[in-house]
Amino acid sequence: MQTMTVTDAVSAALAEEMRRDDRVLIFGEGVATKRKDLLAEFGAARVRNTPLAEGIIAGTAAGAAATGLRPVVDLLFAPFLCYAMDEIVNSAGKLRYMSGGQFAFPMVVLAMTGGGWGVGAQHNHNVEAWFVHSPGLKVVMPSTAADYKGLLKAAIRDENPVLFFTDIALGYAPGAVPEGEVVVPLGKAAVRREGADVTLVSYAKSVHACLQAADRLAAQGMAAEVIDLRTLKPLDEETILRSARKTGRVVVVHEASRMCGVGAEIAALVAEKAFGDLRAPVMRLTGPDAPAPASFPLEQAFAPSADAVVETVGRLVGLVPA
Amino acid sequence: MDTRERVRALERMMLIRAYEETVIALHAEQRAAGTCTAVGQEAAAVGVVSALSADDQILTNHRSAGHLLARGADPGRMLAEVMGRRDGYCGGKSGSLHIAAKELGVVLTSTIVGGELSLVTGVALSRSMLGGEGIVACFFGDGAACEGRFHESLNLAAVWNLPILYVCENNQWQAFVHRRETTLADGVAPQAAAYGMDWRTVDGNDVDAVRAAAERAVATIRETRKPFLLEVQTYRLRGHFEPDDQSYVDPQELERWRARDPILLARNRLITEGHLSDAAAQEMEAAVKGRMEQAAAFAEASPFPGFEALTTDVYA
Ligand SMILES: Cc1ncc(C[n+]2csc(CCOP(=O)(O)OP(=O)(O)O)c2C)c(N)n1
Ligand SMILES: [Mg+2]
Repeated sequence: MQTMTVTDAVSAALAEEMRRDDRVLIFGEGVATKRKDLLAEFGAARVRNTPLAEGIIAGTAAGAAATGLRPVVDLLFAPFLCYAMDEIVNSAGKLRYMSGGQFAFPMVVLAMTGGGWGVGAQHNHNVEAWFVHSPGLKVVMPSTAADYKGLLKAAIRDENPVLFFTDIALGYAPGAVPEGEVVVPLGKAAVRREGADVTLVSYAKSVHACLQAADRLAAQGMAAEVIDLRTLKPLDEETILRSARKTGRVVVVHEASRMCGVGAEIAALVAEKAFGDLRAPVMRLTGPDAPAPASFPLEQAFAPSADAVVETVGRLVGLVPA
Repeated sequence: MDTRERVRALERMMLIRAYEETVIALHAEQRAAGTCTAVGQEAAAVGVVSALSADDQILTNHRSAGHLLARGADPGRMLAEVMGRRDGYCGGKSGSLHIAAKELGVVLTSTIVGGELSLVTGVALSRSMLGGEGIVACFFGDGAACEGRFHESLNLAAVWNLPILYVCENNQWQAFVHRRETTLADGVAPQAAAYGMDWRTVDGNDVDAVRAAAERAVATIRETRKPFLLEVQTYRLRGHFEPDDQSYVDPQELERWRARDPILLARNRLITEGHLSDAAAQEMEAAVKGRMEQAAAFAEASPFPGFEALTTDVYA
């Protein structure tokens, strides 16, 4: 094991995959300026700065992916994905199907998401559900340095377009990362903590709020199981349902707003397939249906806290007849 | 510009510089979030904005402090916004990158690069359909000119005869990428010709030249009600965002442009021409610094918004 930050884990995954497969290239606004190590090792053809134009960056990636290259593009902050929506959703996500399977789009779109920077809603918007809702795309949003590395490697090797979100608040978070070639498969959730009384389902930085909450709940005699989804699409239904059936109580926690968020999908899944085992309604703890504020205390309050998780579980348990 | 106006322009540029330096210091002390400064671009802001009338409107972008201050914005309320306080122009919801002040005619500020270019056509459409003499100035960067929106905006403005002064502040940088790396042409403005639009390029570090070019462009737009593209060639003397070590910047290029600091140029010219004494210039500088200390104190005394503000202003 080695200790590295999430940012370094992402860099390590890029370098390893570019070393392994010379069809992998990376481009975006400032990529060659900021990724000096990759530029030095792989050269200017495979590590490129682009003009400031997200649409053509994503479109170029899709065109190149369909015809032999394996591009990784960095579109910086998640809200900027709006400029690339057509190329990601209408082209990369649909042209395989629409061509009767003639093309594949092995490409990765990197974007930073979530609060922590205090610069407001046009930089901070958790838009992952938009892409989960779009056919043909995969969506990854890890919570630990090891997963950032292992899942990015899997995303680069995948034959499909993958949206890979980096939670800004986790960027400098150090974590243990296994040495060498460790690929974490897409579509497998991780059980971060086992427990029999309540299931906390989460992803990205909210996993850490859930783990803190689980510690506090343990002190109150409640054993919480914490599931880190890691990949939002494909969704690991089996792990979620197994835990829901065991605990009978599910709380889904994410920073993105509630309505039609990933939590809604999980609540529906559990209601459809584990209804008979539920002891309480599935609860969602999410950011508000509002743009993210710049003001620091408000930005902090936007994302679900460990306190809020503890409180929600408390209410849930109160609902259960003795 | 007469002499008094030229001295006032210098003072405004000094005020903008002092404001940016205050924000940098506040950030370094972790009292404010990082921000994009436009140090070195003060002549562009003051030269253009001072050529506008009170009923003209302005759309700007992430690097907007100069435009706002040139328009007469209160530095205290700007700093309050940067620090996320209740008395900020946007109640702390914007932060530094999208300060809009409708009361000053600074509308719809956006940090999505090119956002202003896609909104300005609608603002100008309102102007032309709802009457009035006013025109709309739209500040955007050389980087924004790489977005497709730039072309869409120019084309629509041209075919619909919209009264827009497009102001491309070409500061040679697009975040961490030099504009040489993203476009082969040296300037942005000649592209206007492809859309049948009048254009001009001006030395953006010479406030007198910017002001004169902007006055002519504004007069042309008022007369023809057609759009005009003015490119202001200048330089971003600091990094893209605070903090930024500028390790990717060619030090010689930086030195060349530092020697052409717009405030230095204007100050020396006024002194050489006998319109200003060195002592008077120093007094002006001290005065704007004093104003900034007051502004920072005002901002810091302003409370943070209450948590109810998380969900207000979402819908009308
Ligand atoms: C759509 C979009 N893409 C990327 C960014 C990140 N970004 C902010 S400013 C900037 C550079 C803008 O360059 P330019 O238009 O020349 O303006 P300048 O910053 O030089 O004033 C970039 C890439 C953004 N805010 N919006
Ligand atoms: Mg620029």
